[in-house]
Amino acid sequence: MKTFIFFFKSALFNFARNKMRTLLTSLGILIGVLSVILLIALGLGFKKYIDQQFESLAPNLLRILPGKILEGGGFRGSPGLTTTRFDEEDFIDLKKVQEAEYVVPAFTKSVVATVGKEAELADIYSSSAEIFDVLNLSATDGKLFTKEDVDKRSKVVVLGPKIAEKLFKRKDLSLDRFVKIEKQRFKVIGVLKSFGGGFGGPDLDSYIYMPYKTGYLLNKDKKFIAFVVKVKEGIELSVAKKELNDALLKNYEEDEFSMVEQTELVNAISSIFNVLNSVLVAIAGISLVVGGIGIMNIMYVTVTERIKEIGIRRAIGARRSDILNQFLVESVVLSLFGGILGLLLAWIIVFFVQRFFPAYINATTVIIAIGVSTAIGVVFGVFPARKAAELSPIEAIRYE
Amino acid sequence: MIKLKSVYKDYKIDNELTFQALKNINLTIKQGEFSSIMGPSGSGKSTLMHLIGLLDKPTKGKILIEDKDISTLSDDKLSSLRNEFVGFVFQQFNLINRYTVLENVILPTMYAKRQLSFDPTKRAEELLKSVGILEKKDSYPNKISGGQQQRVAIARALMMKPKLILADEPTGNVDTKTGIEIMKILKELNIKEKITIVLVTHEKDIASQSKRIINIKDGIII
Repeated sequence: MKTFIFFFKSALFNFARNKMRTLLTSLGILIGVLSVILLIALGLGFKKYIDQQFESLAPNLLRILPGKILEGGGFRGSPGLTTTRFDEEDFIDLKKVQEAEYVVPAFTKSVVATVGKEAELADIYSSSAEIFDVLNLSATDGKLFTKEDVDKRSKVVVLGPKIAEKLFKRKDLSLDRFVKIEKQRFKVIGVLKSFGGGFGGPDLDSYIYMPYKTGYLLNKDKKFIAFVVKVKEGIELSVAKKELNDALLKNYEEDEFSMVEQTELVNAISSIFNVLNSVLVAIAGISLVVGGIGIMNIMYVTVTERIKEIGIRRAIGARRSDILNQFLVESVVLSLFGGILGLLLAWIIVFFVQRFFPAYINATTVIIAIGVSTAIGVVFGVFPARKAAELSPIEAIRYE
Repeated sequence: MIKLKSVYKDYKIDNELTFQALKNINLTIKQGEFSSIMGPSGSGKSTLMHLIGLLDKPTKGKILIEDKDISTLSDDKLSSLRNEFVGFVFQQFNLINRYTVLENVILPTMYAKRQLSFDPTKRAEELLKSVGILEKKDSYPNKISGGQQQRVAIARALMMKPKLILADEPTGNVDTKTGIEIMKILKELNIKEKITIVLVTHEKDIASQSKRIINIKDGIII
């Protein structure tokens, strides 16, 4: 231990004497560790986000979309390009399916919403009253629209918290006031509790929700872009899928619509992202190797500069292993120095990133950063250190 | 204490030429002796010292240290012997400039594999005091004079309580007055501490201060 401290001090002294060289060498590791840690932190943040999404998703939900979605998540032809649109007839057909607890239609449209002189770009989401149950949404202020509202075509809307904030600045002022959309006035009857998220899926907090029949005012051809189906409890999703499929096949071809489990979408996004993230981490890992080569290079220089010193140490009794350890300690300290700086810098960056994305650094990441930079110090230091240790004492001490 | 039996040392100059630095050396150095190896430069006297000091191995022949054949010893064992048994004093002092004077003297204890019978710092300070430069203990070697550096080197050589001190031209890089003082310290160590001393020099008046002179020329003891 005492010897180790002596080596450590010796290493620090050597670095102090070659400040610029030490800094530049560590920079290689710093950049490597920084990029790897940042990417891991972003990956972790994304996972956390996905997990949150999963929690809010009911596993017994199916989405029926126009167009064909390929296995694994890719689209053949964007669903936006497909000519298929569902209508009320399909809605009635689907509702007849025994396995479905309820079927909810969805129509969305980008509109300009006006309150007084305040105009905002917004998306409306028209659906039936069950949509709130399906999407797990509840009101903080006021109430949600009901089946009666749908049937009576009441001109009412429920606002997502984000759009409510934008339109009315102060949320509590929004109730019982009117929002003007395409020359129609709609009464605000409720504001939703914040759902959060919005990454990789629709931002549920930004929609203006209205009864779908009321929505026909803005949806002249009365078509839907999707259905959300909640499958009855105790019924296999695959069974329900088949029944729903058969119902739609009466009016559509096999490749004109698709059925997606709610979790499938998130899974697909998540798996694509995971692959992407792993690839990025691996690429960042290459910069660590480059940094390691920088260390190796400098360690060879250091060994050559100190051949005489190695000879002196051997003359006063240092073993080969002592010399080896001395230079290994030095390269590990050098690498660790860069690694710890990189980690600190990553920490600072993640701190700022957290304002808009839940990236975070966990204990494992810290251990990885320290472990990897130590390993690089050892792996790339061992060859120069071995060169130092294998010098013959007499040749080393004679070296000028 | 040290026996060399028909020792040869060759150096390869290139693939065909070899240079015989030492030829058929037979030499015995007894415990407590103060001997000088004297010869002109290129005579092989430094090579001989390096062999005795276990820094190098002979091409042929046997070296016995306290009746142990060193050719059978591993590199680690040789390192331990250099650490405990021998103390070196070089012409170029060979101190490590990155360490303070005190740290240089303590350095051999860092490589000790056995439990030390003394406190390293205390002993180093005592030794520095005995060679008269304790006040420089926190200086760096390149900030003190050659004579002072050589005293530090002597203190370092004594640190592990060696039985043998090998001094390679210890007065070669210092002025005459300091040279006399260095010789005085070595002589005192021989008389008071009973340490065996082997001195390598090309100067006759330095060699003549020892009890025994071994003349060497062209790799042969004459």
